Amino acid sequence: MEETTITQTGSRNRMKFIMGGAMIVAAVIYLIVSSTQASAQYFLTINELVAKTDEVADRDLRISGAVIGDSIVYDRDNLLLTFDVAHVPGDNADLDAEGGLAAALHAAVVDPTRSRITVVYEGPVPDLLQNEAQAIMTGRLDSEGVFHADELLLKCPTKYEEAVPEQVSGN
Amino acid sequence: MIANLGYGALVLTLIVSFYGIGAALVGLRKNKPALVDSARNAMLLTFPLLTLSALSIIYLLATNHFEVEYVASVTSRSMPMYLKVTALWGGQSGSLVFWSWLMSAFASAVTLRKWDRDREFLPWVIVVSLITLAFFLALNLFVENPFTRLWALPSGQVIEAMLRPAGGSLYFPSDGRGLNPLLRHPGMIIHPPMLYLGFVSFVIPYAFAMAALITGRTDDRWIRLTRRWTLWAWMFLTLGLVLGGRWAYDVLGWGGYWGWDPVEIAAFMPWLTGTAFLHSVMIQEKRGMLKQWNMVLIILTYALVIFGTFLTRSGVLSSVHAFAQSAIGPLFFAFIGITFIVSISLLMQRWNALKAQNQMTSMLSREALFLLNNLLFLGILVVCFWGVIFPLISELFTGQKVTVGPPFYERANGPLMAGLLLLMAVAPLAAWGRSTYQTLGRAIWKPTVAAAVVLVAVIISGVTNIYAMIGIFLASLVIAVTIHQYWRGIMARRKRDGSNFLAAFTKLMQRDPRRYGGYLVHISMAMLAIGIVGIEMFQTETQGTLSQGESLELGRYTMVYDELAVFNTNDARNVARAVVSVYKDGKPVGELYPRRDFFYDSQQPMTIPGVRSTFADDFYVLLVDWEEISSNSATFKIYHNPLVKWMWVGSWVFIIGTLISAWPEKEKETAPKRSQHRVAAAAD
Repeated sequence: MEETTITQTGSRNRMKFIMGGAMIVAAVIYLIVSSTQASAQYFLTINELVAKTDEVADRDLRISGAVIGDSIVYDRDNLLLTFDVAHVPGDNADLDAEGGLAAALHAAVVDPTRSRITVVYEGPVPDLLQNEAQAIMTGRLDSEGVFHADELLLKCPTKYEEAVPEQVSGN
Repeated sequence: MIANLGYGALVLTLIVSFYGIGAALVGLRKNKPALVDSARNAMLLTFPLLTLSALSIIYLLATNHFEVEYVASVTSRSMPMYLKVTALWGGQSGSLVFWSWLMSAFASAVTLRKWDRDREFLPWVIVVSLITLAFFLALNLFVENPFTRLWALPSGQVIEAMLRPAGGSLYFPSDGRGLNPLLRHPGMIIHPPMLYLGFVSFVIPYAFAMAALITGRTDDRWIRLTRRWTLWAWMFLTLGLVLGGRWAYDVLGWGGYWGWDPVEIAAFMPWLTGTAFLHSVMIQEKRGMLKQWNMVLIILTYALVIFGTFLTRSGVLSSVHAFAQSAIGPLFFAFIGITFIVSISLLMQRWNALKAQNQMTSMLSREALFLLNNLLFLGILVVCFWGVIFPLISELFTGQKVTVGPPFYERANGPLMAGLLLLMAVAPLAAWGRSTYQTLGRAIWKPTVAAAVVLVAVIISGVTNIYAMIGIFLASLVIAVTIHQYWRGIMARRKRDGSNFLAAFTKLMQRDPRRYGGYLVHISMAMLAIGIVGIEMFQTETQGTLSQGESLELGRYTMVYDELAVFNTNDARNVARAVVSVYKDGKPVGELYPRRDFFYDSQQPMTIPGVRSTFADDFYVLLVDWEEISSNSATFKIYHNPLVKWMWVGSWVFIIGTLISAWPEKEKETAPKRSQHRVAAAAD
């Protein structure tokens, strides 16, 4: 008699724990799904960006390109940084075909036929911003085809085996 | 010459490792203790050998042997000696040697302990440690060799090779490329070793866990043996993370400390499973439950440690492009995959032997709350993992790479972290076995009142952000509950033996270092939370170009630009240093010196902020630009970061707390048998 009550409370207990666990799992899944939807950004190469200008207007984007050193202009009164980036392939295989990231970045900068876009960023000039650095930016493309970055990450694989990302978040 | 010596030592270590693995296995099978002892000696031998190899690299670095490719890539003549030496972990191949060296040091320390009672674990601990070590050595020898030299071929071409190519002669570059200036910061010099210490020390509990699974000795002995290792590992890992944050705050010049990039997350993930593990092993010790779960956690932690080592060192970094940019990627994934599958299948074999001895009875019991804590940690882990692999998944299914940024992590992890804070406040008050709302309520109402007072004060001071209110309230609650716990302990002790306050406090710590040290760690986590709330929710900024004597205002602060000097230093830097005066509410509070250093060898600038730090807030000034020659005007960016100092001070509290927790308790020689009585006694 007593044993059955114990098993009963035991199984009722187990139910409680399973329910509790399921609720937490559901909460985590909800958080992941909703947050993913709220903050998803398309990751595009410059070629893709140029090809899809209309589609991606006013959407959160993340793009990657090679910094063209000659194009860097800094308006120090307004802390407005402007520079152009050129297309570098997004795929590993393509990068390898061009001889690695450093070579691909160099090729992108010297080749005038590559697609390019202008980037505007408000804030201090990042220390790693230089010719042939790889820039990874998040932001939006405006109707004129200018990319407004609110986050700017730079890598300089030409010099350092271990590239340190410099992250600048703004606005 | 030295390069050959270092390389030879590496080769020898690999051979010795293989020998050790073989000797341990054969010794077990043939039941020959002498062979197991020989394996143990092999393990001990790896340490001096790897020390020799690491010293060779350090010698080459310190003496400008730029014909060695690694040396040329991470040092230059103008670098000070301490930076040359620490460049051992400045690049990939060197840091892998450093990893192996730490691994051999820890493994040797473990083999030197007394094994009388745990003889059956020894061979398996040796095998697991040596397999891990051999993997890293093989990477060094066959893929990322730090001793590769530069050779000039008759054709004029310069190539990298370990051995002299036909007709080649050593090529000596006149100078190295130098360490990335961004890494020339004290935080960055000790940050990687801390992280590595954390990573490597987690291998030891894992090795014992595997030994327990293989030998079938599935009681909590392996946990008791490795408790301190786990704590050390955890402390170093936490310090590594905090130092990384501090470095970002001091060097990267964006007034932040954590950016949720994949590398940071890679180091954070083993921390999450490790923290969950630290808590859930207590349930196994006290209640004989969650044995399978603990195995899962330590296996996950090991896999994440290897993964973290790979991600932090592979150069794939923030680029979402690829997880296998260098040749070591596939090797790492193969190693992680194989060890993971083997570990899990071992666990499956012992699954039934690891059944719980007790059942969860009450939702409010300490063990139930610990389980909840584990679920939340794992929840955060899943969020982080999802964020890291989401680009790959989305590309697989939609053909379009989609990434998630910091907002994703903040939004998804925020509620889970708040839940952890709440648990930190409640769980220490819950009893093992069973608690009721009544007893909990009685224990928590006073601290809740204290936290509510803080909340009201915060609201009166003008805070309207609901998330900030929740965060501050929960953090205050944790601190109040914990202090209340200390208070009660101290008072009880004073009543008993009439000792004074300080003596009672010390005795309390001595009596139960694990518990009261752990409470300090809770306080430190609450302090961290306060700092995070401050900077994340109340950071403000402004910027402007000023002529000398002009000022810029931000909140209650005024900053006046006084002067600027540009000069060369003897370690090949060109420094632009501004002097600004800072006023708070019109009263002068001091001068700051934001500067920009330009490194000639690497042709790269580095911005160093001027920071005035108090518990209330940080005033953080960056020198953005200046008028050349005349330096009449200069451009500044200012951040106001409330409460951020709580983070850094909290990390000191954290260290002290962990050290107290890890303080050796006298090990009872007769293994105590678990019983309901002991459980009841341990409950309070």
